[in-house]
Amino acid sequence: MARIWIQNGRVIDPSRELDRVTNVFIDDGRIADIGDAPQEADQIIDATNQIVCPGFIDLYTELREPGSEEDETIESATAAAVAGGFTSIASIPSADPPTDTQASVEFISHQAKRADNCHVFVLACVSKGRAGEELSEMGSLVEAGAAGFTDANRPIFNAELMRRALEYSRMFHRPILNLPQVPELNQDGVVHDGLVSTILGLPGMPPAAEDVMTGRDIRLAEATGGTLHLMKISTSGSVEIVRQAKARGIKVSAGLSAANLIGTDETIRSFDTNFKLNPPLRSQDHLDACIAGLTDGTIDVICSGHAPRATEKKMLVLNAAPFGIVNLETTLGLVGTKLVHAGHLDWSAAIYKMSVAPAQILGLEQKGSLSAGSDADITVFNPDQPWTVSTKELHSKSSNTPLDGWTLHGRATHVIVGGQLKKQP
Amino acid sequence: MQEEINTLAKPDSWNRRYLIDLESLTADEITTLLDTADQFRELTNECRMKLPVLQGKTVANLFFENSTRTRTSFSLAARRLGADTVDFTASGSSLSKGESFIDTAKNIEAMNVDAVVVRHRAPGTPHVLTKTLDTAVVNAGDGPHEHPTQGLLDILTIRQKLGRIDGLTVALVGDIAHSRTARSNIWGLKKLGAHVIVCGPATLVTDRWEEIGVEVAHNLDEILPRCDVLNLLRIQFERQNTRPFPSVREYALLYAMTPDRLARSKDNIVIMAPGPINRGVEVTTEVADGSHSVILDQVTNGLAVRMAALWLVTQ
Repeated sequence: MARIWIQNGRVIDPSRELDRVTNVFIDDGRIADIGDAPQEADQIIDATNQIVCPGFIDLYTELREPGSEEDETIESATAAAVAGGFTSIASIPSADPPTDTQASVEFISHQAKRADNCHVFVLACVSKGRAGEELSEMGSLVEAGAAGFTDANRPIFNAELMRRALEYSRMFHRPILNLPQVPELNQDGVVHDGLVSTILGLPGMPPAAEDVMTGRDIRLAEATGGTLHLMKISTSGSVEIVRQAKARGIKVSAGLSAANLIGTDETIRSFDTNFKLNPPLRSQDHLDACIAGLTDGTIDVICSGHAPRATEKKMLVLNAAPFGIVNLETTLGLVGTKLVHAGHLDWSAAIYKMSVAPAQILGLEQKGSLSAGSDADITVFNPDQPWTVSTKELHSKSSNTPLDGWTLHGRATHVIVGGQLKKQP
Repeated sequence: MQEEINTLAKPDSWNRRYLIDLESLTADEITTLLDTADQFRELTNECRMKLPVLQGKTVANLFFENSTRTRTSFSLAARRLGADTVDFTASGSSLSKGESFIDTAKNIEAMNVDAVVVRHRAPGTPHVLTKTLDTAVVNAGDGPHEHPTQGLLDILTIRQKLGRIDGLTVALVGDIAHSRTARSNIWGLKKLGAHVIVCGPATLVTDRWEEIGVEVAHNLDEILPRCDVLNLLRIQFERQNTRPFPSVREYALLYAMTPDRLARSKDNIVIMAPGPINRGVEVTTEVADGSHSVILDQVTNGLAVRMAALWLVTQ
């Protein structure tokens, strides 16, 4: 395998507080060395004025294959991931058939290997059939390669099932990832429950629906000692509940979907279904609280929230259209624009939340770091140069995003996966 | 007659091809709509014949949700103006019927229509059509969002009965949460200077309305003596997921307009209901059919308002 020399970049490795201009050397699929002196190489990447960091790991990518290939395939999702600077993604089993058998886990792994774009860590279902009633065969699923468990966009509403899942999964050292929402409080909700939903007559998703479930899940994690990750939080209440739990020493992590950085519930005044997200774009006070949670470390992870949906599905009326946007290719740009350039996070903290923390949550000891011997998963990106989003250029099979024409700061230029250069200008 | 028709010139204060909501209209625009409606009502009353100002034009009624009175009113308004009408109705009890609404609308537009009147159970549908179609668009009710012609006809009726809107206290009573009529009334009345009260059970009347300058009340008897107008909104059982009050009986006890409550109101109070009314729930039969009730005036004004709306958006 080729020896690669990434030259003269600003190397940021938050796993050991490294942030300086230097060289990274890759050999045989692993990080060989970091140092100022030149070394021999087969291939040289000039990273002048670029940031070089451990490859991004996404904890929320809906692959949609098998079952909803009209939205996305494993091939197209992983291509989009690499284009966006991700070297690994965790697959969210949102499509039917559910990922609740050994065969279904192995199918995803197999398709990912065949596509050969980036690593895919398969998240299997917590419950059989993703029905929220009985535990899936977690032991067998782990044997097939499952990296963790989630019922995707269906919250684990049954408290007893959640308790059992947190207890049982401990045996296999795998996390439970939940979307913390009380379904009966959200009912047919399509947007944040607030003044805008009141004026527009749209059914709302009250912040309390998230706060209540966040509180429940944390109590259950405390009681069971299980590993809990709250995939996408969005309310000031749940940020505060997570903050207090961490202060009490409870093992819990929380993520924010970069899609929720797009704006507030005011956007839904356009009635554009591409602003219909789950969790919804909330009012400014909630967004501010989430950003404060990112800044003080309460929110550990920034995920893409990638939820591709075919155009004809998003053409429906707002009440009927599915939630979500494609975001693998715009996550870095949103983080750069809305968080780093806006002064809320420095790049080291952003990289921590997009690589180091996700690696820890999935227990990936060889990833999320540029230490010698780690997997050579590396993202090189331009932190400053503005670029304009064009849905026509996206690698994702779907183009459901309101960001077409937006100017963002932060775009991957080189992506190295397992020592192989998968993306270059 | 011909002379009077010739005096109908598009007012300078109107430059829109759409009537989607009252929220985005100015007070001048709302007044223009009301004045035009008055003009049409007088002309039709006097002549009892058609005003062929839209001769040769076609108005399409796209009703993705069941409606009898609004659809009839729009059809009649279009025909009174000399327009041809096309009716498209889909029983809109399930959203699946509305899934291809953009395609349906584009199909109808391809038949060379000049204006589309649309009703849909999903908020925002008319707004989306203005982005998709080249024709004029009039909202005939989009879910609980707005029903601008209903708001206008209510306001027109108040103006006829009390001579003004500015300075009046108008209470909207009942299911504010699910009422498009309430929203259109709120915006229109506020813009014209009325004090608006929304009154009903706390499960159907959120305090958030205060944020836009509307008074929120849950006790009808307390506000009653201050009200110049009561607009009694229908309880929309069909839009409610869980029943927001324990029983119809309890609702009627707290909010029904009864002869007893009428006796404690201002002498010249105007009682309105957008219909169809649930007799015995929002209003007793005695009050609905009594001398303070203007329910049938509302229907007559509805026709005039819809004529005005169709004429203005197609000029």
